Amino acid sequence: MVDWKDGQLERKRQLKVFDATAGFPESRRQSLVDRITRHAEPYLYTAPALILIVTIMLAPLVLGLSYAFRDVHLLNPFSGGYVGLDHFRTLYDDDNFYRALRNTLWWTGASVFLQFVFGLILALLLDRPFAGRAVAQALVFLPWAVPTFLTGLNWAWLFNPVIGPLPHWLYALGLMSEPANILSNPQFAMWGPIIANVWWGIPFFAITLLAALQAIPRDLYEAAAIDGAGAIRRFTSITLPFLAPTIAITVLLRTVWISNFADLIIVMTSGGPADRTQIVASYIFTQAFRALDFGYASAIALVLLVLLLAYSMLIVMLRQVLMDRA
Amino acid sequence: MASIDIRNVRKNFGIVSVLHGVDLSIKNGEFVVLVGPSGCGKSTLLRMIAGLEEVTEGEIRIDGKRVNERAPKDRDIAMVFQSYALYPHMNVAENMSYGLRIRKAAREKITAAVSNAARKLELQPLLARRPKALSGGQRQRVAMGRAIVRQPKAFLFDEPLSNLDARLREQMRAEIKKLHRDLGATSIYVTHDQIEAMTLADRIVAMHEGVVQQVGSPLELYDRPANLFVAGFIGSPAMNFLSARYEVSGETAGARLPDGTLIALSSAYQLEEGAAVTLGIRPEHVEMSPASEGSLRATVDLIEPTGFGIILHLGLHGLPFNVFTLDRAALTAGPTVTVAFPPQHLHLFDETGKRALESSLQKGKG
Amino acid sequence: MNSYSIFGTALHRLAILCYVVFALFPLFWLLKVSVTPNDLLYSEGVRMWPSRMSFEHFRFVLVHSAFPVFFRNSMIVAGATAVIVTLLASLSGYALSRFTFRGKYWLVALMLLTQMFPLVMLVAPIFKMLSPLGLTNSLTGLVVVYTAFNIPFATFLMQSFFDGIPKELEEAAKIDGATQFMAFRQIILPLTLPGIAATLGFVFTAAWSELLFALMLISGNSAATFPVGLLTFVSKFSVDFGQMMAAGVLALIPACLFFLFIQRYLVQGLTAGAVKG
Repeated sequence: MVDWKDGQLERKRQLKVFDATAGFPESRRQSLVDRITRHAEPYLYTAPALILIVTIMLAPLVLGLSYAFRDVHLLNPFSGGYVGLDHFRTLYDDDNFYRALRNTLWWTGASVFLQFVFGLILALLLDRPFAGRAVAQALVFLPWAVPTFLTGLNWAWLFNPVIGPLPHWLYALGLMSEPANILSNPQFAMWGPIIANVWWGIPFFAITLLAALQAIPRDLYEAAAIDGAGAIRRFTSITLPFLAPTIAITVLLRTVWISNFADLIIVMTSGGPADRTQIVASYIFTQAFRALDFGYASAIALVLLVLLLAYSMLIVMLRQVLMDRA
Repeated sequence: MASIDIRNVRKNFGIVSVLHGVDLSIKNGEFVVLVGPSGCGKSTLLRMIAGLEEVTEGEIRIDGKRVNERAPKDRDIAMVFQSYALYPHMNVAENMSYGLRIRKAAREKITAAVSNAARKLELQPLLARRPKALSGGQRQRVAMGRAIVRQPKAFLFDEPLSNLDARLREQMRAEIKKLHRDLGATSIYVTHDQIEAMTLADRIVAMHEGVVQQVGSPLELYDRPANLFVAGFIGSPAMNFLSARYEVSGETAGARLPDGTLIALSSAYQLEEGAAVTLGIRPEHVEMSPASEGSLRATVDLIEPTGFGIILHLGLHGLPFNVFTLDRAALTAGPTVTVAFPPQHLHLFDETGKRALESSLQKGKG
Repeated sequence: MNSYSIFGTALHRLAILCYVVFALFPLFWLLKVSVTPNDLLYSEGVRMWPSRMSFEHFRFVLVHSAFPVFFRNSMIVAGATAVIVTLLASLSGYALSRFTFRGKYWLVALMLLTQMFPLVMLVAPIFKMLSPLGLTNSLTGLVVVYTAFNIPFATFLMQSFFDGIPKELEEAAKIDGATQFMAFRQIILPLTLPGIAATLGFVFTAAWSELLFALMLISGNSAATFPVGLLTFVSKFSVDFGQMMAAGVLALIPACLFFLFIQRYLVQGLTAGAVKG
């Protein structure tokens, strides 16, 4: 048996001997190469992705942002000069922009809320085993695979009284005085793209929430049931708290994404009638490709980006506060 | 087979230091068990030897060669994981031969090595199965087989038995010991289970909070624990501790308990008169006797028959105190019992928790 | 209690049925109009199925229009994008899942940033960058752009699949003698096949559907993809609903097939990721 303290001393003495004999030059060099490759490895794995993102997304983004301070008209070879904050001054007085901003809130809020609610219900329904679940799941998730422009076209056709059944059904239900196209009605036109968006977007929420639901340990429910918690109680005290992080992050990402999502509106209404469905993203599109004013379009996009970043940060901070309190 | 030398090895994760300078020499063919509670750094040390964690400071040598910078593949060691880590998409034979295949060994050699290992571990009928179709014990064997086919310099075991049920664990424990006897390979085995440590080890390394507490044979750790941690960790049920003051009067040394009882010690110690000490005694060494000098009365809280013996949970001046006895009469023990401490079985620890050194003047038998 | 649970079960099935009907009805209608002969289109406008079926619209689209070219172009673009993105995203997703390295935080932040702004902003700069390289009006250009656009999400998706695979497996492989890359290729990748399928399907669908950049970077029919073709179709033949919908049905087929095949892996992959919260 070696005593504790003596042992330490003894070993220290041995260590010195050890160091004196150390030195295997070739193995040291070998290991240096090894070490470099080992440290470089993560960068080698991420480099292709990073290079693509930087050249095809970040560089154009910076260039695009610089357009916000320049006069860029696509077909005008004399454009390109710096105009300072002119675009932002114009934007400040642009009523169309403010209307688009209000429409964006309405479009995003309604779409996200309805997608989330129906997505959550669907996820809960699918979380319960039943015969034919796999088939049902595949079918209800199918809309997500439909290209967005085709979703827009398809719903535009469904709302079209010439070819689609919806106006006739609404008329039969007494909700319309005649079978008319909701998309040309200034008061209700926004519901067209929203419904199409909800149809297309429910699966995204359902897939994400279903995944989170299936990660909840089943024995928690059993324990709660034994403790006498009813179905509603189990939902509020187990399911919701477990889903909360997923819900927060999904709603955040979707909100940002849908604010930027103009495809359906451009395809279904082009922002009309009377700009009633014009959102900021489609307004940017209109400025860029109808008015060909890329400078102004970039200025609007910059403002939208700043607003969305501020919103995301707010949500992230709010989540942090809530988690700290929990 | 190889010797392994660990020199003043430290490990930091960020600003958290988990190993504070470990020194250890493992001889060729030795079976060393790293034991300690979870978070003591034993697994980290093992993973550093394997090359799965970088060494923050210090040096690890296998067969005298520094391996700090070497990738695991160049260290020629094998490891058995707690989760077994079998490749789910390969069958048993493929799992076992993977290491040889990537080293581009000759086909006949691979077949021979696999069938040899399979025979040793009785895995022949399972060679074509996927891990999914195996029981826990079988998976464990495959993990062992994967380690032995390559005939590596050393085997590393990271809590390999903790996912098995008690009976299987005992059986596999014996098989690991047999395997080591047959192969004679240097082995490092990490566990938090002190029975595994006691039964398997040539030498035990007891660790706590990133520091090696004691290195020695199983019986050394049992008989002469170096400090309170080792004393409390090795042995089941755990050693009892009582605070006392050291006293010498003439030829005899003793420890005075707070209630005034003087417990006789078998020898004198290098301690000041009146020094605060901790007195330790293992439950199996406590004697239940009629009242005499130096004996204590204790209340009986609980009686636990284990079949083989009986564990009595006592209260000694309100503090918990355990006794293990083979005497079945203890099953009917009354509300109080009298206990006595044979001097040769007493352990004395000083204020810092280290084992008190016996005085050179009057050497006891230890 | 028992009658309550029967009632509950019935309600559950009914709700599922409502969702299925809601999800499928628009697609069903597309199919219905595409097989309705022109003379019945208006007279049987709200009937669930025409009294007489005809495939004349499909025949027209396939024989007399450029759709086969669009279809081929889209297949090439979406297929190539899906393969390249999955390859690169599995590398970067693996790095995010397994390594800690300097700059990792910034990489993740950059990838999140790319999800935050309207891509419309990038059209003019990308056009300006690609045209001197001869990558406008070319399928290669589209593949490059789509690859970059899809890598961030695909990386996060692959990362969540890798996170679901125990680290010990590649540690065991490394001890068995493998390099990190061999462990990745021989042990981890084969176990991530569902994740790879999900990512392939997701990117394929996204690339198959993309309209904006296809519209802006491509002029003329020879390199046009399906969405562009369909849109020109809409403006050119805006009264021939039957033909448009036949084209729409054709556009749907590959994406839907792919999706039906991969959707259950998608849930699996997100389950693995969701555990982290």
